[in-house]
Formats: sequence, C-alpha cells, structure tokens
Amino acid sequence: MTEKVLETTLEVLKEDAEGLLMEWIDQADEDGAKRSDLFSEREERDQAASMLRAFRLGVRDTSREGDFDLRDEHWADLRGILSEITHERVERGVLPGEMAALVLALKTPLFGRLTDKLVGQPDRLIEEVLIVSKAIDAFALYTNEVFIAEREQIIERQRDEMLELSTPVVELWDKVLTLPLIGTLDSMRAQEVMESLLQAIVERQAEVVIVDITGVKTVDTQVAQHLLRTAAAVRLMGARCIISGISPKIAQTMVELGVDVGEVRTRSSIKNALTDALTSVGVAIRPIERNQRSGA
Amino acid sequence: MAFPGGRKIATIELRTDRDVSRARSRVSDIMKSKGSRDLMITRFVTAVSEIARNAIIHGQGGRMSVFELPDARLIGVECVDEGQGIDDIELALGDGYSTRKNSLGRGLGGAKRLAKTFTITSAPGKGTVVRMIGMCTTR
Repeated sequence: MTEKVLETTLEVLKEDAEGLLMEWIDQADEDGAKRSDLFSEREERDQAASMLRAFRLGVRDTSREGDFDLRDEHWADLRGILSEITHERVERGVLPGEMAALVLALKTPLFGRLTDKLVGQPDRLIEEVLIVSKAIDAFALYTNEVFIAEREQIIERQRDEMLELSTPVVELWDKVLTLPLIGTLDSMRAQEVMESLLQAIVERQAEVVIVDITGVKTVDTQVAQHLLRTAAAVRLMGARCIISGISPKIAQTMVELGVDVGEVRTRSSIKNALTDALTSVGVAIRPIERNQRSGA
Repeated sequence: MAFPGGRKIATIELRTDRDVSRARSRVSDIMKSKGSRDLMITRFVTAVSEIARNAIIHGQGGRMSVFELPDARLIGVECVDEGQGIDDIELALGDGYSTRKNSLGRGLGGAKRLAKTFTITSAPGKGTVVRMIGMCTTR
C-alpha cells in the first residue's frame, strides 16, 4: 500500500489536468493571490500549467517511494520551475506572501477531487491529503526561500556598489587631500581606502592627508588598527596624515581600549585639521576686505 | 541561565565581518530605545564589537544574545562560540597580547574595561563564552 500512496492524486492530475488548472486559478483569484494587474490571463495560465506539470511528474516518481522530501532528485524540475516563476513574479512586484498563497490555492481543487474519488475510503483519503498537503506546504515555503535568497543577492550587490562609492579622495587645495569616512570600516573596506588614498597621494603629489572619521560610529581596536596602518603607509609615502573628527565619546572609548595613536596627528574637527594642513603647505585662509567681495 | 532573571530579547548569528556591524547596530538600537546616552552606547557597543569580532576571527563564528535584566538600567550580552578556546585567559586579557599578527591585542582587555561586568569562560578545544553587562542609564 505504501508504494502506491499517491495513486489517486496522480490519477486526478492525469485525468483532469485542465479542469484542475482552471479551478486552481479561480481559487487563487478568490484568495487574492492572482495579480491580473501584473500578469495577463495567458501568463497566469502558462505559469500555473507548468507548475502543475512538474508537480505531476514529481508525484509520479514519489508514489513509488512513498515518502516525501522536496530535496529529492525527482522534485528537481518543480524546484526549478518554482524558483523561475517566483523570480518572474517577484520581479514584477508580487509580494512573497501572494506567491505562497498562489501555490497553496492548489489544495482546494485538488482535495475536492480526492474526496470525490475516495468516497468510502476515509483512511486512504486522509493519507493522501496529508502527504499532498505536506508537499504543497513545502512548495509554498520554498517560494519564500527563493524570495529571500533573491533579496540577499540584491543587498549584497548594493553593498558592493556602496563600497565603491564610499571612498572618495577629495583634493581640498594643492597638495592637501581629504578622505571622509562614513559608516563602518571593516577589513575589506579599509584595504580599498588605503589603496585609493595612496594612489591619490602619488597622482596629486599630496603632502598632507586628512582622514575624517566624523561619520564613523564605532572605533574599536580593529578600526583603530586600520587607521593607524593607513597613517603609517601615508607617512612612508612622504606625506603627513591627520585624523580628524574624533568625538569626545570616541576619544574616551579609545583611551579605555588602550589604543595609542603614537605620532599620528589627530584633530577634533575637520576645520582644525584643514587649518593645520594649509599652514604646513604655506597657505592661510583669511578674511578679505569688504570692497573686494564679489557682488559688493 | 546566562543572567539571573534575564529575558532574551535578540539573537544575532555571527559569521562574517558584516555580522559584527549588525551586532553593533542591534545593541545600539536596543540601548537607544532604553533612553541610553550616546557615550554609554558608544562604550558598550565598542565592547560588543570586540567580542563579536573575536568570536568570528578566533572562534570560527558564534552567536550573540542580548538580554533584558531585572534591573532595567542594565543590559546583558552573551557571546558564545565553539572555536578553539583560550589556553590562558589572563594572558589573553593582557594588553598587547594576540595570537595574530597585525592586531593590537587590546580587544579583550579593552572590552573588559568598557563593560560594567565582564566574565569569560573558555575550555581549550571547546569554545568560549563571554558575558558582559553594560549600563544603559544611571537613573
């Protein structure tokens, strides 16, 4: 008996594929899982039909083994189709819950047919319904997993994009560069910061570099380490490094951590650092006479 | 029970560098919601950052849990890893000691100084558990 556990389900899927498909789509519509605004009737039908076909193939092979596991080889087709369709639907703006609801909507017409077929055999009915129900639940969950995986890919990509954006070396004056750091300074980013900074020193023949950490929230020992190493590399290139934007709370925390900045110059604000830097390249900022102001 | 009478309010899986910053912002948000001042947040979050990173670098990843304590002015953090463990805890807590090159070796000792209370238990080959309590508010 266990070998042929999904026999009736398979029969239903074979005999009445068309009717099942129609009823499934109607049910999905009723459950609010159909998105006529995003997909045409035809597209909805084609998607549902290909899911149903893969489902039938999976059921056919399952019925020989008796137990259900979505990771099994014979569900590979359905897994592929589910992730393809989930991808397509999510891309057009279908919510993950709606995708799951669409899959779950298959239960109603399928169970209805099973009940008709297995009249008078309640044990078999319960057995089949249980297994099919478990399977369909697993498919719905699977679409959610696909959705999450896609989200993570997007996040990963955006992070990479931000990483590239976030190391701009700016020339403030001849021979004076600044690098405003924002966010967190993990090892990967520290490496990029160091590279673009050293490169810019060569290109612009810089003498002073201001690394501004006003936008860095936490300075732990690793961040401190990266900053000090960057400063040391800048010094080796023959330039001076000023670290600015050290807030009182970060100063206190660094003292508790026992971080010693050694010979690296630090300033509380980028304004002080700029004054320092300009002085050392022989330039000063001073007020101009009233009659020289433009527009006066 | 990690903290007597404590209630777990958050768990953060620690696997990659990015999880360290997730742990930081999670603890920071929780402390902010309890009305903590910036200085206190910075201090404790820095300690959290150190032990989270240790769990990843030395412990091959781990899990951090955040606890509400009966004394509402406090917050508890427990960080568990199943890494190689620490042979000599006194040595590891000392400033300037590290098993890695390119490390200041001040993280663990620094975290201990930044937290209100700090306990560490470790068995070589079995992993390390760090528990810290931080002050959210003084009132």
